[in-house]
Formats: sequence, structure tokens, C-alpha cells
Amino acid sequence: MKAGHKFILGAALIVGCVGFLIAEGVKETGVYFLTPAELASKTAADPTFVENVGFKVGAKVVPGSVRRDPNARRIDFQVSDGIKTYPVTYTGLVPDTFTDANDIEVVVEGRLGRDGVIRATDVLAKCGSRYEAVPEA
Amino acid sequence: MTLLGQFALWAAFVLGLWCVVLSFSGRWQGRPDLSATVVRSIYAILGCLVVASLSLWKGLISHDFNMEYVAAYTSRNLPSAYIFSAFWAGQKGSLLFWAVVLSLFASAAQLLTPRRFAYLMPYVAGVTAAVITFFVSVMIFAADPFERLAFTPADGRGLNPQLQNIGMVIHPPMLYLGYISLTIPFAFAMAALLSRRLDAGWLHAIRKWTIVSWLFLSIGITLGMWWAYVELGWGGYWAWDPVENASLLPWLTMTAFLHSVMIQEKRGMLKRWNFGLVIGTFLLSIFGTFITRSGVIASVHSFTQSNVGYFFLAFLVVAAILSFTLLYTRWSLLEADVRLESVVSREAAFLFNNLLLVGVAFSVLWGTLFPILSELVRGTKITVGPPFFKRVNVPLGLLLLGLTGVGPLIAWRKASTANLKRQFVAPVACGLVTLVALLLAGVRDFHATVALALAGFVAGTIVQEFYRGIRARRRMHGESIPLAFARLIGRNRRRYGGYIVHVGVLIYFVAFAGMAFKREQEATLKPGDSVDMQSPFGHRYRFTHMGISQYEALNRIVSAATVEVTKDGRSLGLITSEKRQHVDSFKRPTFEPSTEVGIRSNLQEDLYIVYAGSVDGTEEAVYRFNLNPLVWWVWFGGVVLALGGILTMWPGGGPTSSAPRRAQAGYEVTLVGAGKE
Repeated sequence: MKAGHKFILGAALIVGCVGFLIAEGVKETGVYFLTPAELASKTAADPTFVENVGFKVGAKVVPGSVRRDPNARRIDFQVSDGIKTYPVTYTGLVPDTFTDANDIEVVVEGRLGRDGVIRATDVLAKCGSRYEAVPEA
Repeated sequence: MTLLGQFALWAAFVLGLWCVVLSFSGRWQGRPDLSATVVRSIYAILGCLVVASLSLWKGLISHDFNMEYVAAYTSRNLPSAYIFSAFWAGQKGSLLFWAVVLSLFASAAQLLTPRRFAYLMPYVAGVTAAVITFFVSVMIFAADPFERLAFTPADGRGLNPQLQNIGMVIHPPMLYLGYISLTIPFAFAMAALLSRRLDAGWLHAIRKWTIVSWLFLSIGITLGMWWAYVELGWGGYWAWDPVENASLLPWLTMTAFLHSVMIQEKRGMLKRWNFGLVIGTFLLSIFGTFITRSGVIASVHSFTQSNVGYFFLAFLVVAAILSFTLLYTRWSLLEADVRLESVVSREAAFLFNNLLLVGVAFSVLWGTLFPILSELVRGTKITVGPPFFKRVNVPLGLLLLGLTGVGPLIAWRKASTANLKRQFVAPVACGLVTLVALLLAGVRDFHATVALALAGFVAGTIVQEFYRGIRARRRMHGESIPLAFARLIGRNRRRYGGYIVHVGVLIYFVAFAGMAFKREQEATLKPGDSVDMQSPFGHRYRFTHMGISQYEALNRIVSAATVEVTKDGRSLGLITSEKRQHVDSFKRPTFEPSTEVGIRSNLQEDLYIVYAGSVDGTEEAVYRFNLNPLVWWVWFGGVVLALGGILTMWPGGGPTSSAPRRAQAGYEVTLVGAGKE
């Protein structure tokens, strides 16, 4: 076999590996990114979704819904997109920006329990006004 | 001053258009006066943009809160270093920063490039002017840094507390310097294509620029990791966030280019590939800005977002179409001089290294864009996070690490069995010894073990190279070991500087592998309570909560929680972590509270303590404790890598004639005058 052919074989092997790793990585680690409304229609269409499939939900925290239990470091709150509302429970430290004082957007990662509560494994907060500070007077 | 600034921007815009039109029309060919005009318009643009920058700084320093930008990013009680750096804290200012630095680089390229490349320079001026004009036009039409408000606020909003960190004063400019300097190699590549002078000349003209850009990017990325580590408080330094990925992409393709360029210089292969890499790298630098600025992909550190994203997207598309079309029209002129002779050769090792680097870049790009792609194609947004990037990039990274050892030692053209034996027996033994030592020490993490064993192998190759070089000098010149060491490096800066860069990369890999063994624990503690943790190195730490104190500083109210730390029973003293509420000069709160992490670092591991808040305002505190192994080595690896990079481009040194280089590359060289006596 000529060197050029051998090289092409090696190159194809590398490209194949990269392709395989990417395809498999997406399959194994990809998670749905949904709004509460989309989550509701997903679970309606596919009941096995509950408890089995991990997803992320991007929504706003319902003002006044945050209940903290600092001893257990547990936090309960509700998220909503104005169409559907889901309760969330999370154990762990939430970021500094997580407050229910002003409309904050959060990304909640977790699974939906049979009781309709999202068991979060991670909570990211992104305050809409975070980098803008107080609205202009 | 804002009027002057705006006028300066318009002047730069008009000059830029003039330069672009004249350059690409080609009318300057055979007309020295017109060539000089094209080149000088670059200096004029630099002058205009310096005036604009000074106007902005003047506004910042004099607290002219009637200027929207000044009111948005500074306040009266902001420490002065941050007032200075507020120049690039916001989007509009960073656009101006980008434009002024690019015009500075473009001028430097005109002044510093040797005369023998004069045939390229008006085209280089045209390409750089086109990019500058784009940035200036974004400022003029969409994001004017000199915009005035209809009223004058009594005080500004102040700077986001997360940006009030010394790392943030130097990290963005470093990264920008990297991004911006990538335009220069791109401009030379375009100039070579436009002028149809497609020998390796343009590669010689940009050799130093490529290393400079790569260095700035490397330093910028490392500083970014440091900033994320000390400021964001999640316990690590790399989160595979879109903005982080965006900075990694051009670094990867640039690294590929730094290697493949050697193949073209020595063997006349990979000409098209090299053009492709330079164009791709430039486009990725623009893409990086697009990702950071547009907010198309949610990122934890999108500090700056707006509609200027569309300008970038349009520019990206136009630049890609134009440059690849140009490359395509010159395709037939870029035939390789020779063919690959063997897959067991340095050429092949470098080609595989290039494929892997581009493969890593592709997977990072794919993962970053996947939410958008999946929504376009399948209608549902699917995201991939750190697990995806680790799964894909850890194996590829390990292959690359192995090639780091193989590439520099294997023979050009075709390696003989004797060559392989001579070069690799000792390093492979080194790797195996490392592997056995790790297994005996009880290390069981698969990827970390492989990484460390490969690191042992690569370290073996580098030590062997230095050892042989020094031994040869001692034999030939009878020099002492330190002198032989210094001269060895001094006389072959590119080669040994490159090895030192590899040492830096090696240190990074070892440090990354260390993070596989990190420990984390959360706890709610009353004063006097304590938590015990066992570190991966077997040390026993005890953290005892001492209490919370509150005080006011210049622009913030601080509550500080203090823990006393003992290591194996010996006291290490106190470590404090803070929660800060920033306030304006009327003591009204600004921004959300921010966390100041308490970090104690040593060569083995970092203690990383986050005070997450108190329980109902009592002195009972919620903490997160991390033991992060080998983090110090990331920063040290960055220093080594930077020193190696500086060494490779230090002027002078190296063989003056090309004969030794050709001989190394396996060509026949006649020794004139040998055997005359």
C-alpha cells in the first residue's frame, strides 16, 4: 500500500472517531431544553417521559413562591412561562442571583416526578436586570 | 469631547473606505505614490481612533454621566483602576478598543515587515482597513460609545461586581489582543492570494505574528480561567460555557497552523490547508465575538448583548464567502511540491496532529451550536453540556498529548526502525514507569492515569532532547552544563522554545487530570462547628466556622465568614469568604450580591471555600468546601508556555544559512570546502 493511501486510511480513522464521539456524545448526554408549556405537551404525548428523561426548563420564577430551608439547604419554588406553572424542589446552593424579588429567569435541570414536581439537579439563574441594574427613573 | 470622538470615528470610516477601494482596485501597482497613500491611510486611521479613544477615556475619568456609556459602567465610588478598564467593560467601548488596537497592529505590520515583502503591503493594508471599517461602522450605525442621554444622572450605575477583579482588568484585553492580532496573518494570506505570489514568502512575513497572536490567546484564555475560578465561585476554572468555547476555537486552529506551517516550510506540502486554517482561524475570531455579543446562545457570562450580533453575522458570512472564493480561484496554483513518503514520518505525525486539533475544534463548535442546530432541524432545542465536551475531547486530547511526544522526535520523510529505537526506547520506558508508579499508588481513574502516563512519556522525550543537545555541545565545545544549556536554547530558539511550550502544555494536562480527584462538601455550621475532609493526597483537613462579621468598604457592604483550618492537626490559620452587596454613593444597593471565594493554594491542592449565606441572619453559616488538586499547576503551566513562546520568537539566533535546516529535513546538502586539505 502506498504511503498516501495509508495516510488517508489513518485520516479516515481519525475523522470517523471524531464523528462517532460527537454522535454518541449527543445521544448520551444531550438534554431537552424546554419551556414549561413544551414540557406539558411532551409529557402528555409520552407518559414515559416522567421520571425517565432528564431535561432543562427555561422559565421565570413565580414571584413570592420561594421557600428556603437553610438547614437542609433545600429550596422550593415555582417556575412559569405564563402558560404552565411547575413546582420545583432543589437541594444545594443556589447562585447569588437567585431571588424571587424581581422577575428572574432560571434554567432548571432535572426530572419530573410522578407528583408533578420537578426534582432539580442544578439551578442556573440569569437575572434579566442583572447587568442593567435598576431601571432608569 | 463626544463630538470630537464622533467626528474621529467618521473620519476613520471615510479613510477606511478610501483605503479599501484603492487597495482592492489594484491601481497602485507600478505607482509608488499610490502604494504609499494606501499604506499611509492606515496610519491616519490609527490617529483618528486614538483621538476617539482618548475622548472616551476623558469622559470616563471626568465622570461625565451625561454620556450613556460612562453612566452605564462607572460610578463616583468606583476605584480608579476600574474606571480606566471600564473602557472595555461594555460592548460599545470594547468595539472601540478592538478597532483602535487593530489599527495599531495594522500600522505595526506596515512598519515592521521587511522591505522584500513590499509587494504584499498595500493589499495587507486594504484587508486590515476593511476589518477596521466594519468595526467602526458598527459603532457609527448601531453602538455609539459617545451617545448622550437626554438628562444627566447624579451618579452612574457602577461596574458589575464580578468585573471588579484584577483578572478582569487584564483578561479581556489579552483575549482581545489575541483575537485582533489574528487579523494580521489573515490579511497576509489574502494579500498573497490577491497578488498571486504564492511561494512561502507570506509565511515568513507572518511567522512572528502567528506566535504573537497565539501567545495572546493562550495568556488570555488562562487568565479567563483564573478569573472564572476566583470570581464565579462554582469551584472550577473551565465550564465549557459558549463564551469560553468561543475563545478556545481559534486557539485550536491556530495551534494546528503553527505546526502545519513547518511542513510547508520544510517540505512544500499543505499549501491549501494552511490558507484554509488561517482563514478559518480569522472567521472563528469573528464568530467568537458574535457569540459573546449576540446572546444567540445562553451563556453564564454574557455581560454584553445586543443587536450588533446581526452585524457580526453578516460580516462573518460575507468574509467567509469572499475569502474562500478567492482561495478557490487560486486553487490550481497551490499544488504540493512533494508527496507523502511514509506514514511513519514527521510529516504524517504533524498531519494527524492537525486533523485531531481541527477535530477537537469541530466538536467544540458543534456542541456550542447544537441547541441552535437541533432547533432548526428537529424543532426541539437540545443542549449538550460539560459531559458532552469531556466525553468527546478527553480521548482526542489524550491522542494529541501522545503525538506531542512523537512529532518532534520522529524522522522527516521516512523513519527507520533504528531511528524509532534511538528516539523512543527511553521515553516509552519513562511512560511505563509512570504508569506502574500510579497504579501502585492506588490511582484508578482511567483517563487521569492515561493522561499522567502519557505526560511521563512526553516529558521523557523532551528531557532526552535537552540531554542529547547538551551532551553534544559539551563534547564539541567543552562547555559547562549550564553554559551548554543556555547556548543550546539560545542558538536554536525556535526548536527549544517549542519544547518549552510543550512542557507548558504537559503541565496543563497534568493539572487537568488532577481535577478528576476533586472533593466537594456542603455544610451548615454554627460558630464552633466543624467539618472534616480527606484530600486526594491523603491529608486530613478540618474546617471550623469562627463567625460572621459585617462592615462597609468603599463601594460595598461586606459580610465575611471566617473558618479556621487545620491540616493533619496543624493549624493553617484563618480563611475568609465574603458575600458582598455593592452600593452606589447614596448607599443604595446596586446589582445582586456577589461572592468572594476564600482560596488557599499550595503545590498539591487548593482549599476553596464559598460562604453561601447565613441562616435567617444569625451567625449560622452555609458553606461549600472544595479540595481542588493541582490547580496551582494550571497557572504555572501558563507561565511556562508563555516563556517558551516568547523564546521562540526572540530575535536573532538560529542557523544563518538554510543548509542545516535542509539537512534536518532530509535533503542532500553539499558541504563546500570539506576535505580540501
